Amino acid sequence: MTSVDSSELKSVEARKLKISDEIAIELIGVNKWYGEFHVLRDVNLTVRRGERIVICGPSGSGKSTMIRCINRLEEHQKGQIIVDGNELTSDLKKIDEVRREVGMVFQHFNLFPHLTILENCTLAPIWVRKMPKKDAEEIAMTYLKRVRIPEQANKYPGQLSGGQQQRVAIARSLCMNPKIMLFDEPTSALDPEMVKEVLDTMISLAEEGMTMLCVTHEMGFARQVANRVIFMDRGQIVEQNEPDAFFSNPQHERTKLFLSQILH
Amino acid sequence: MATPTIGYVSTQELPALPPPDAGRGAVAWLRTNLFATPLNSALTIAVGLLLAWALPPIINWLFFDAIWDGDSREACLVEGAGACWAFVKAKFGQFIYGRYPLDQRWRVDLVFIMLVVGLVPLAMPKVPYKKQNAILMLVVFPFVAYVLLYGGFGLPVVETALWGGLLVTLVVAIVGIVASLPLGILLALGRQSKLPVIKTASVVFIEFWRGVPLITVLFMSSVMLPLFLPPGTNFDKLLRALVGVALFSSAYMAEVIRGGLQAIPKGQYEGAAAVGLGYWQSMRLIILPQALKIVIPGIVNTFIGLFKDTSLVLIIGIFDLLGIVQLNFTDPNWASPVTPATGFVFAAFVFWIFCFGMSRYSLYMERRLETGHKRR
Repeated sequence: MTSVDSSELKSVEARKLKISDEIAIELIGVNKWYGEFHVLRDVNLTVRRGERIVICGPSGSGKSTMIRCINRLEEHQKGQIIVDGNELTSDLKKIDEVRREVGMVFQHFNLFPHLTILENCTLAPIWVRKMPKKDAEEIAMTYLKRVRIPEQANKYPGQLSGGQQQRVAIARSLCMNPKIMLFDEPTSALDPEMVKEVLDTMISLAEEGMTMLCVTHEMGFARQVANRVIFMDRGQIVEQNEPDAFFSNPQHERTKLFLSQILH
Repeated sequence: MATPTIGYVSTQELPALPPPDAGRGAVAWLRTNLFATPLNSALTIAVGLLLAWALPPIINWLFFDAIWDGDSREACLVEGAGACWAFVKAKFGQFIYGRYPLDQRWRVDLVFIMLVVGLVPLAMPKVPYKKQNAILMLVVFPFVAYVLLYGGFGLPVVETALWGGLLVTLVVAIVGIVASLPLGILLALGRQSKLPVIKTASVVFIEFWRGVPLITVLFMSSVMLPLFLPPGTNFDKLLRALVGVALFSSAYMAEVIRGGLQAIPKGQYEGAAAVGLGYWQSMRLIILPQALKIVIPGIVNTFIGLFKDTSLVLIIGIFDLLGIVQLNFTDPNWASPVTPATGFVFAAFVFWIFCFGMSRYSLYMERRLETGHKRR
């Protein structure tokens, strides 16, 4: 395992190098309601390819809803969401196309408990990408090695620890060779001892230039790999900035309050 | 051990030890299972006494006092006679085949053999070629069985009115089981559909068939249906019963499966969607395998209920196993005080064998499909 210092150095450099001008995701005036409840209020966000964005905010602020709109697990009712050049509408073909290119990691892993780890990873490549089983297995093993659990390939998710399951979930997404990765509180359901192994995997992913949006409260992770931190409250983006400035010099009152409560 | 102070550092790892002896051995088993508490001991003794009182007469009636051979009722009219197995022996052919012509019964035998030969490897997880086997049983076998049982391709036609006994029981039960599962799955998915037309159609179908008794369904199929059909068209009576039973049980099946679908966490649907699977793919690969596994007990429950409900076809004049056994009580040649009891015991035993088999197999499958994601 690389020591924190060296990976921090690397990622600081990566932060400057890898962001291109190409737009990966664009949210324009996005609004969403749950019944009467206005969850997302006029959210505007542009993500460039290679950006690593950490989204934080109090619970109920709409951060999960926002990233779930990006692969249409939730429907927005007003505004535009354009992912990788495809606008998300009710067009099922476009939705499928976006989902093929966007990987997602959930708080509760959402692995398929009736399939082995290897089958979890090869399922989508085989059925969605129509890849031959052999090739899919080869790719799956490469990614399982990357998340450092190739020896678990033939076990079932229920036999793995939370941290291992989350790493499998990351490998499962990577097997689809996504252009964008969404993380929805990936470490919130983990025992403290297992948080690091998942974060390490995410850090190495960031170092390779993956476009990432992470909803997380791991502020250490934000400092280390994010090039932008977004703070949301009551359905809107209240403040966004580079991590150093965000943490050392928050502008909005709500941000200051939030940070004072989570950074002891 | 160190004196308990607030600061304590363990100096060695404690070795793992085997559990104490008290939990093992025959005496321990007796103690934990039969004589754990005074109440348990009392119950054990009471049940033991009850068995000692009830078992010997039953065994005597079934075996030692039973009449095994004989040509007519005379044999079973003996004082203190037990079961009249001679009756079952003499009527065995009818019980299995009904009035199926004697010289054609080999056709039924052949179908039975094909069924067993096709089903056993399908039921054993270790045997390879599952896909081919399933296609053989679901596509080829029904066609071959139909030709063999009914006739055609050079075989003389045997009208379904002549069919009876276990043959009819199995035909109705198997057709009902095989048709109700896929239909039930579609109905259950339909009921969860976001499209109002499909949802409403499924709900109406399910609620209609679940709301009427099977007897009514069978009566309507045999009495009312002909009224609506153009005169001259003659729908086979057994076929009508088959359709009725299949639709009836598919409604029950749909609700059982819906229970399973609702037990699947939302995260599974989202996980499937997020990796790019479409609706049918995620249903087939992710949701249904888990949902069906959860409701195996319910599915088998419905199967068993269906198997036993086949007896109701008696009321529209089709003689299944139970029907034909009862019909034979009226044979003056075999009328004796013990004949009905013997017949019912025999019929009950045959039904029990099949139902118990299904039950055990489902338990086995449940254990096999367990992948340890449940916290135990």
